[in-house]
Parts: sequence; structure tokens; C-alpha cells
Amino acid sequence: MAIIVIVFLGYNFFIYTQKPPIEVQKMSEIAIRGEKIYQDNNCTACHQFYGLGGYLGPDLTNVISEEGKGAMYVKAFLNSGIKSMPQFNFSEEEKEALVAFLEAVDETGHYPIYEATHNYGWVSIKYKK
Amino acid sequence: MNQKIPFLFLLLGLSALHLGAFFGILITLQYIYPEFLKEALAFNRLREFHVSTLIGWLILTATGGIYYYISKVLNVPLYSKKIMSIQFSILLVCSFAIYYSFLVGKMGGREYLTYHPIISLPILIAWILFAINYFKTLVGKIQNWPVYLWMWGTGIVFMIYHFSESHLWLIPSIRENFIRDITVQWKSYGSFVGSWNMLIYGTAIFLMSKIKNENTVGRGKVAFFFYFLGLSNLMFGWAHHTYFIPTQPWIRIVAYAMSMSEWIIFLSIIISWKKSLNKEAKIKGNFAYKFLLATDFWVFVNLFIALLISIPYINLFTHGTHITVAHSMGTTIGINTTILLASAMFIAYKENAGIIEANTKIIKLGYWLFNGALAGFLTMLMLGGVARSKWTFLSDKTTSFGEMQSSIQPLIVAFLFFGVVLFIGLLFVAIPLIKVYFNKLKK
Repeated sequence: MAIIVIVFLGYNFFIYTQKPPIEVQKMSEIAIRGEKIYQDNNCTACHQFYGLGGYLGPDLTNVISEEGKGAMYVKAFLNSGIKSMPQFNFSEEEKEALVAFLEAVDETGHYPIYEATHNYGWVSIKYKK
Repeated sequence: MNQKIPFLFLLLGLSALHLGAFFGILITLQYIYPEFLKEALAFNRLREFHVSTLIGWLILTATGGIYYYISKVLNVPLYSKKIMSIQFSILLVCSFAIYYSFLVGKMGGREYLTYHPIISLPILIAWILFAINYFKTLVGKIQNWPVYLWMWGTGIVFMIYHFSESHLWLIPSIRENFIRDITVQWKSYGSFVGSWNMLIYGTAIFLMSKIKNENTVGRGKVAFFFYFLGLSNLMFGWAHHTYFIPTQPWIRIVAYAMSMSEWIIFLSIIISWKKSLNKEAKIKGNFAYKFLLATDFWVFVNLFIALLISIPYINLFTHGTHITVAHSMGTTIGINTTILLASAMFIAYKENAGIIEANTKIIKLGYWLFNGALAGFLTMLMLGGVARSKWTFLSDKTTSFGEMQSSIQPLIVAFLFFGVVLFIGLLFVAIPLIKVYFNKLKK
């Protein structure tokens, strides 16, 4: 029991301090503000990052870099109240912050993973350069 | 009054089950009719009533059962009935505070813990009080703890740890790094689900030992092997959530190797228990036994799904689709809920067998409605997941997300139908239980 607890504590320390395999900038102040707006409005109820979150709306991990989408596309949606999306009333500044947050997320990786390599069931994911 | 607290936990838990299922029906209606309640309570808030209320069902009913079993079945006097009352009062007040948070839109916005984070503080205090009461009651009072006592104790301690861990995003060094943040977030969630599973599976083993009237069920080597495997899973087996987050590869490999193995052991314990039951014990076990048999079936179904989606190449296509929801709902409803209903039934039968026996027909009907509807419910989710995965990986990108969602509407309608039947089935099972518990409160 003692051994398993020691391994657990060491493991946790590593997770809390891990450096991701790719160089990612710390989130900027405006991106953190955007994340707070994302949380305050509980966007996770409908949207996902890396496939984690609600299922009513699309995954937003790469909404900024996806072909045909991007910052303007996101801004156009934000106050649209389309389908089940609540009728938000974000200011231009709030929209900028949300876009900055989504840009920061976009930089961290790819999802869905279309270019994975696989071998005997194991999948190696593609990291963003 | 203090004597009645376990029944209050159970009543609040059963109320949460039905209220949570009712909220589930409402949010499914929002899937079908996007304008439904949109102005008053849009999906981003209504969904959280459903999720939080059902988490309440699991935790309150498991807690009430543990208090009851310690004081009324194991006959160990509680260290402090006052602490138990305070714990219950805190959780009751927090339940209202969480609803208020959703109603006024003061959200924390983190999956599972979407209420305002300040409410987590009293919840944490309630868990610490539970830990104090549990260990002060049992340490030194029972020699050679059976495995269920270890499981309950472990579940409480790790819940405190992982519940706290899920709030590390409040620390800037975690929050500033998105990959670290989302990894820690889903690590903590995987582990606190593992923690409440410890409370619930411990309850299942306790019930098995009592229905069989044989203490070896909770003391055998297999049971302790399962306990350590479950504990290792709780600690390290969370990464199937974060499989495609760009973390260090070895984290995913280690956790994947750990994950899902506990189902095999759990199934083997239940099967070996069932085999060794004699006919007389089966009858004596009554509906508690029947619900554990349902658990047995749903463990098997979920094991099959879990093993498939644990293969990384399959996970690549199922992650982020309704197939994952089918797995988590299959576990929560099929396994956790059947165990907790078995527990609630065991307690009700012990307290007032007359009421349960007088309602045998309605309970049986509810039992079959519940299990039949759950099968349909999960099938619709699986089919929805297949449609979403096909859209993600095989469509030509000319079909929009909205069009894909519209194409699965018939499945959502069928899902709603099964959800309503499931709700009615649960109601039939719960009515006699509620009668028994209310009678206990009146006395």
C-alpha cells in the first residue's frame, strides 16, 4: 500500500508539472479572459475541446485554423442565437477575448485526428509543430 | 432525529434520481425542439441540472447506505450522529445553492462541476466530515476489515483528494497552460468517478456478503485483488478520457494499460458469487438480489463496449461521439444505479418487508421497464455515435454539423421515448421505497 501511494504521489507531481511534447506559449491575458467568458457561459455544455465536453454543438479545438472557418466565422456565430444556442449579447471586446482563447487552444494540437498512424491497434497522434 | 438521517440521505437520493431523469427528458426535448425553454432556461444551464442532480443521486444514496449499514447492520455505534446531521445539512444547502447558481447563470463552466466554484468549499467540508466520522467510527472497532470497509474508506479519502484536484485550474500555473489544465481536469474527473465507484462497488460487495450471509465474500483474496486493481485504476487509469490530448505519450500508454481491467475482476466476483448462491438464499435476497443480477448483465454489456473502445484505433473513431456517452450512461445507469437500487431495496426490505411484498407486482413491472428501456436507450446512443463518427471521418465536408445533427433526429426521438419509459420504470420501483422511508421518518 505504501509503495502504491508513493508512486501515485510522484506520478501526480509529474502530471501537474509536465511540459507538453510541443512548445506552447502561456495563454495571454486576453486569452485567459476569453476562457473565463467561455466558462461563465458554460459553453462546455454543448461544445468540446479534444472531443471532451457536450455533444449538442461542434468541437471547437481547431475552429480557428479549419478551412472555411476562423475568427470572423466564430464572431458571426457568437450572438446569432442559432438553433439551441442561447441568444448571447457579447460586446466586441468579449468576442475578441473568446477568439484569442480559441486561437490559444488551436495552437496546442489537432482534433479530430485525421492523420494518425496506427499499428496493431495502437495510434500515434500527430503533434502540432 | 439523528437516527433518521440515513433515511433522509436515501430519500434525497431517490428524489435526485427522479428529478435528474426528468431534467434529462427536458434536455432531450431541447435537442428535438431547439426553441423549447430556450428563453427561460437554455441548454447550457438546463443540462447542468440533469448532470449535477444525477451525481447527487449516486453520492447521497451511497452515503446514506453506508451510514445505515455501519449503524444498523454491522451494529457499530457512529462516532458522531451530529457530524452526520451536519454533513447532510451542508449537502442539502449546497444542492439548493447549485440550483440557484444554474438558475441565475453564475456558472463555473467546468464539465461536471459547472456550478459556481465557491460552492465546492462547503461540499469539500462535508466530505472531510464524512471521513472523520467514518474512520473514528470504524478504526479499532472491527478487526481485519473486510474489503468493503476498505473500499468505502478509500472512496471517501480519494474523493476528497480528487475533488480538490479538480479545482487546480484556479492556480495560474495550471490555468495558463491549456494542455496541462485540460489534462489535470480530466485526470481528476476520471479519478473522482473512480472514487464514487469505490463507494458503490463496496456497497455491492457488502450486499453480496449479506444476501449470501457469508463473510468470505468480502474477505477473500480475489476480493482484495480486485480492490487493489480498482485502486490502481482510480489512481492511474483515467487517460482514456485524454487519449488524444497531446500529452507525453507514456502517460497515455501507462493509463491505457491500466484502464478497464477492473471490469473483468468485478464481473468474475459477481459470477462466482451467483454460482455459489443456494436457492434459499436467492429467495431471501429478494429484489436486492434481482437488481444485482441486472448489475451483472450491465457489467457484461459495458465490459464489451469498454474493451472495444479501449483499443486506440477504435477509440480514434468513437471518442467525442455518443458512443462515449453510451458507455458512461451504461455505467452510471446500468451498473451504479442498479447497485444503489439493490441497496435501497435491501434497506427497505429490512425495515418494512410488508410494504415491499405488497408492491411486488409494481416493482417487477418497474424492473423490467427500466432494464428494457435502458437497452433501447443505449442502442440509440450507439447508433447516434456511429452517425457522428461517419460524419467526422467519412463525409466529404459539404455536410454541415447542423445537417448531421438533423439527420440523427429520429434516433433522438427514439432515445426520448426510451428515456420516458426508463423514468416510469424507476418511478414504479421507487414508490414502495419512498413509502418505507417516509414511514421511518414519521415514527
